Amino acid sequence: MISLEQNKEALNQAGHEMFSLCKKQLENAREAFLNHDSELAEEVLHTENRVNALDLKIDRDCERFIALHNPVASDLRFVLALRKINFDLERVGDHAYGISKYIVEVDTPIAPGQLEKLRFEEMYECALSMLDDITEAYNEEDTKKARKVFKKDKVLNKINIESFKIISEEVQKDPKTIDQYLLLFTVIKKLERIGDLVTNIAEEIIFFREAEVLKHRKKKRAKKD
Amino acid sequence: MSKLKTKESIIDSDIKRKYKLQAEGVKVFYDDFMAIKGIDMSIKANKVTAFIGPSGCGKSTFLRLFNRMNDYVDGFRMEGKITIDGGNIYKKKINVEQLRKQVGMVFQKPNPFPKSIFENVAYGLKIQGIKDKRFLQEKVEESLKQVALWDEVKDGLNKSALALSGGQQQRLCIARTLAVEPSVILMDEPTSALDPLSTAKIEELIYELKKEYTIVIVTHNMQQASRVSDYTAFFYMGELIEYDQTKKIFTNPEKQQTENYITGRFG
Repeated sequence: MISLEQNKEALNQAGHEMFSLCKKQLENAREAFLNHDSELAEEVLHTENRVNALDLKIDRDCERFIALHNPVASDLRFVLALRKINFDLERVGDHAYGISKYIVEVDTPIAPGQLEKLRFEEMYECALSMLDDITEAYNEEDTKKARKVFKKDKVLNKINIESFKIISEEVQKDPKTIDQYLLLFTVIKKLERIGDLVTNIAEEIIFFREAEVLKHRKKKRAKKD
Repeated sequence: MSKLKTKESIIDSDIKRKYKLQAEGVKVFYDDFMAIKGIDMSIKANKVTAFIGPSGCGKSTFLRLFNRMNDYVDGFRMEGKITIDGGNIYKKKINVEQLRKQVGMVFQKPNPFPKSIFENVAYGLKIQGIKDKRFLQEKVEESLKQVALWDEVKDGLNKSALALSGGQQQRLCIARTLAVEPSVILMDEPTSALDPLSTAKIEELIYELKKEYTIVIVTHNMQQASRVSDYTAFFYMGELIEYDQTKKIFTNPEKQQTENYITGRFG
């Protein structure tokens, strides 16, 4: 029993570490992108190795926990949820890596006017705020906080949909901007995807705490927003 | 009015069909000690129901009520009602031998008689007065086939049952129970003395047997309860704390006490 508790707590700590690491990666990717800071972008690229190593460690430890302890009920839900959360966080890390890679590879900084038109910073802030909420929700096992991200994800989706129209109009006006707008469009897609991943994490926290499966149940989830 | 009566009797017979065993307000005392503190429970026919709980919680006492095995315990007294197919088995005129024929029991340690394999399986039939050799042979073969032991012992039916392995002995004891054609089988930790392979064979057997029998099993092995049973009842200090479908109990139990027990945080 002591061993189960100890191993579960170690897994939980690794989960905290993964949240903190991926959040830091996304924050650094934002700074690197907005300030065209290729040094910071390089740091994000290097740190990706740590994210991948932690991902593998959590995966392996979850497998061992299941094999050695045969968990049931809340212990089982915890380990199943953590495995999926870990997978989603690693993808968040991948997106931070992708955003930073552009900075390393692209020479010209993005014009502030373009960022403003696409509500880029607002979108980034929203994605980071969702990651903050979900980190707190995980740390405090608080499903109310987890549910907060569902509403914020709708903001990301709205900006993402609107961006297509704006980019199309801007490129028609000045075709020379196409490269920059395409780059921005790709990053916007990544941020929108991060919103989806954080939403998945929220569903997993709710599954672990309340044994309720929200996946593919948009209506019910919306009611609780 | 007569129509209403007919409806009621249909509902009544439906309940009897659905629930093989029922307990209403059951209390058990050993002298002044109350071992079972008022339990109501309905056990479905052709399902496996597992009783779990820490030692001394009353699960074995409760199990043994269904074939009146507690009657021999000094100071035993019961209040309430236990029914099988709707019939009260604690009525004064009940034939306890007939009851135990209907409700067979398998114990923790295999307990074959110091007789041949054939005699062990035929024993119950013989004490019922059946002498027809051909019938006995057919019944022994059928029972041994039901427990998947026939192929292993068919060439040595006259050998001593005590020469069989522990797992084989336990399957023999189940065959002995089946030979008298019960409708309910009670199992009190039937695999706790067996190795994993023999345990797996018994568990497969339980799965097969539930098609024809109602099975109630007491087990301390949580994985076994989750593997073999359709319903699980958690007992604690003489009370039935939670009783639900096994898949519910082992994924999301209602009561914190149940959760603590099945996750090993309490005992």
